[in-house]
Amino acid sequence: MISLTRNPIDYNAMTEQVRRGNCGAVVVFLGTVRDLTGDQVTVALDYEAYPGMAEKKMAEIEAETRRGWSVGEMVLEHRLGRLEVGEISVAVAVSCPHRAEAFEACRYAIDRLKELVPIWKKENWADGSTEWVHPGV
Amino acid sequence: MKVLLFALARDLAGSGELEIDLAADATVGDLRRALGDRYPRLAPLLARCAIAIDQEFAAEETRVPPAAVVALLPPVSGG
Repeated sequence: MISLTRNPIDYNAMTEQVRRGNCGAVVVFLGTVRDLTGDQVTVALDYEAYPGMAEKKMAEIEAETRRGWSVGEMVLEHRLGRLEVGEISVAVAVSCPHRAEAFEACRYAIDRLKELVPIWKKENWADGSTEWVHPGV
Repeated sequence: MKVLLFALARDLAGSGELEIDLAADATVGDLRRALGDRYPRLAPLLARCAIAIDQEFAAEETRVPPAAVVALLPPVSGG
């Protein structure tokens, strides 16, 4: 299951959602807003998505992950809008019969999300300036 | 044809949606060049952007269908 949301991510509910009797392992990854990038101080991040395509790509990542590992259930959720330091921007919860594949599947899903889902963040630095984050630009 | 823009591309262009004239047999590469010519402020970012046709990443040689939904996507930074 995938979703984009403007509300805080309920990682407890997500975790419960993927628990299965046939799965002995649940791995949850939370991406949170960090206060420092090098020596620059972040106050908040603004996230935006290309709606429709972002959800389509997240659904493809879920399907790829399910093809690669014995996933019992998985949830992939990304938050949009303004997030302050410490808030959760993205969460991936995966259950599998065994821990090795649960770790691998979760790692794969978050890495793919960061690589190809059309979502962008804008830094709001402590000095009042802003800057879109576009790796390689 | 309408082109959707996001993040820095939108800020540079001053709009989330641009209009561009393309030949009927134009490719994604032609679209990229046309955007740079028509909107020079986008030029520095254009080479780094992906172009999506109907919500799918498109290669440079892909033809742009006349009724397609086209989007200019700067390098992504979700997560």
